[in-house]
Amino acid sequence: MQILMFGWEFPPRMSGGLGTACFGMTKGLAGLGHRITFILPQADQTSAPFLNLVAAYGIPVSSAALEDRGAGVLHRLTVHPISALLTPYLNEDRYRELTLYGRSGFRNSAVVYGHDLIAEVIRYGRAAGAVARRFSFDIIHAHDWMTVPAALLAHRISGKPLVLHIHSLEYDRSGDNVNGEILAIERDGLEQADRVIAVSHRTKRMIVERYQIPPKKVSVIYNAVSRNEAQRIYRTERTGRQKTVLFLGRITFQKGPDYFVEAAARVLKVLPDVTFVMAGAGNMMRQLVERVGELKIGDRFHFTGFLQGEEIERIFSLSDLYVMPSVSEPFGISPLEAMLYDVPVILSRQSGVAEILKHALKVDFWDIRELSAKIIAVLKHPALMGVMAEKAKEELRTIRWDTAAERISELYRETV
Amino acid sequence: MPSVCLYFQVHQPYRLRRYSFFDVGHIHNYEDETENRRILDRVAQKCYLPANMLLLKLIEEQQGKFRIAFSLSGTVLDQIERGRPDVLESFQRLAATGCVEFLNETDSHSLVFLFSPREFKAQVLRHRERVRTLFDQDSRTFRHTELTYSNDLAIAVEKLGYAVILAEGTEKILGRRSPNLLYRPAGCAKLKLLLRNYRLSDDVAFRFSDRNWAEFPLTAAKYAHWLHRIRSEGSIVNLFMDYETFGEHQWEETGIFKFLSALPGEILRHPEFRFQTPAEAADGNRPAGEIDCPEFISWADEERDISAWLGNAMQQDAVHTLYKMESAIRRRKNEGLLKTWRMLQTSDHFYYMCTKWFSDGDVHRYFNPYESPYEAYINYMNILDDLSQSIKNSKGESR
Repeated sequence: MQILMFGWEFPPRMSGGLGTACFGMTKGLAGLGHRITFILPQADQTSAPFLNLVAAYGIPVSSAALEDRGAGVLHRLTVHPISALLTPYLNEDRYRELTLYGRSGFRNSAVVYGHDLIAEVIRYGRAAGAVARRFSFDIIHAHDWMTVPAALLAHRISGKPLVLHIHSLEYDRSGDNVNGEILAIERDGLEQADRVIAVSHRTKRMIVERYQIPPKKVSVIYNAVSRNEAQRIYRTERTGRQKTVLFLGRITFQKGPDYFVEAAARVLKVLPDVTFVMAGAGNMMRQLVERVGELKIGDRFHFTGFLQGEEIERIFSLSDLYVMPSVSEPFGISPLEAMLYDVPVILSRQSGVAEILKHALKVDFWDIRELSAKIIAVLKHPALMGVMAEKAKEELRTIRWDTAAERISELYRETV
Repeated sequence: MPSVCLYFQVHQPYRLRRYSFFDVGHIHNYEDETENRRILDRVAQKCYLPANMLLLKLIEEQQGKFRIAFSLSGTVLDQIERGRPDVLESFQRLAATGCVEFLNETDSHSLVFLFSPREFKAQVLRHRERVRTLFDQDSRTFRHTELTYSNDLAIAVEKLGYAVILAEGTEKILGRRSPNLLYRPAGCAKLKLLLRNYRLSDDVAFRFSDRNWAEFPLTAAKYAHWLHRIRSEGSIVNLFMDYETFGEHQWEETGIFKFLSALPGEILRHPEFRFQTPAEAADGNRPAGEIDCPEFISWADEERDISAWLGNAMQQDAVHTLYKMESAIRRRKNEGLLKTWRMLQTSDHFYYMCTKWFSDGDVHRYFNPYESPYEAYINYMNILDDLSQSIKNSKGESR
């Protein structure tokens, strides 16, 4: 089948789980014989490394070269960048910062950019829709709200069925302080799509309850993790030295970084030699740096800032425990990546991945006492750490993109 | 004359309260009393009371020809003595018929034999004493927790004066021999060995209500017919199962009580067949051969070994931490601490930490009050932490 796919990040240029998911998923789909044209925004010229990498897998670099260039799984995948100042999960504040400080360096002078994220999404939509006219395809597959205008336009132009894949909802990202415009775009997409894929039952429930979408239209297909994502450049460096506990993700309301800080303070009262690392960036960072000072745990608590690629692998290889205290996590691929590095995992029950992971400890994100108690338990008992890591490895073998791709493929067949 | 030997295991562990690391040093009562009471009441209502009543009726009807055996763990005895004297009384009524044998086991339903010979003996003697007091019987039959068994255990049990011991009739020790015969444990002179016929036992205990089973539905007549095919001289068909099979694992709606109700009549319809208790079966037969069992076996899982309790590093860590406390506990001479330490030996606590089948979710899940084996381990280790502190503190007091 020919698939026109709208996304906005792809390895190695990405800041969240969506790029990772798109990579694994498209690889799986290509393995089943589907041909995918992947449209994504291109912020600036620095996108080149990304294209180079894709080219290394045999995908045409130039946007004009759209034909399938021979055999091999990834040859069936065409990546087609469109200029737009979009980064995943950008919020209005951060977007203004980018444009004001001129870090974006737009190349395409023919287009006038607005200082408004929503306008940007719509502009991406128009351009993407126009690009979509040039391809033939059987089905449209779009990821999250930012691609909705593009996907709807392509849907109108072509009359082909639309599958909307929900990795995150505005309610997840912003709690109850939702952006009405984003909500409206999400609602539009969910209502007009022929089928909706949710990354967990938790997300499906939200789609059904908060957007009044008929449950029959929404299928749950879990994400997975592929081995090549973590090629283990770094060997595990945990050798009985002081223990390190890791938080990795955007430092935003959604990810619950504040609960991690509070738990760290409690753990340090019992185990004063533990090191806590918060890897990532986000709008709660300043507040949390202050809180760490207030709690007087600064010497045991480190902020690394935003990490990418190899840096992420390195930090996993240095960690003894990974904690994901998300307030609302539709899925959450990063615990699976931690498990690839033999790192035991504590997850919030408010995450989609908790629905499938058995060899992880689970807590309610707000239960700081329980979270700290579990962190202490893992650090105190080598037997626990060992069995969790060993069993998680077995479990990971069953969480495969090939399986997810088969389910998506089945859904395509039912839809076309 | 072929015999049918029915033995039912009655057991409830003390489930532990959710015990956080931050409770260590503050809370010293580890039992989840509400949950234990809730489950005991449920099982009493669904199984113990109705099943006892039915068995009593069947014994009376058959005028001595229907004979059975029970083993009640010390932990279930504690709980029914404390909370459900009506249940205890109904077992006592069964004992009074003279057709029911009450077996001995380790009082804490523990795997203590693997860790402490001294504590093993203490637990067996304690259980023997309780059975004597409550049911007015001197047991001649011994069964170890979850039918765990080995040559060494058999030798120790013989020394304690028992006439017969029970074990799993697995091919691992039988080879191609029949489980339906009396054997002699290797290294023993007098002790006899009865082996569970696991196929026929599990037909009732596990498969009875399985609609995908080719033999579903199982009637007493059909089942008796299978038993009647085992009719060579000296045959003993050992049907050993959890008593909770009746009404709790297999609900009343499955027809399990009707099955049980019709079973004695159907089996005795064949003139050569009779029911015997384990001690009677051992008395009336000579061993057909010797069974060598150097490694521990049990009735659990496909493996029929002890890996359900001691198979992973958490289980090993927990059990060793527990038994390392023995000498310190004994030195304190503090009844409360000793009682708590024994309560923590119950095999179920280690079973909850089993990771073998956790991913598939099966029978382990059904019995497990914890969300995961990891939670079970953490909870247990926190409790041991507190117990260990209590031991140290009690030393201070005695000085």
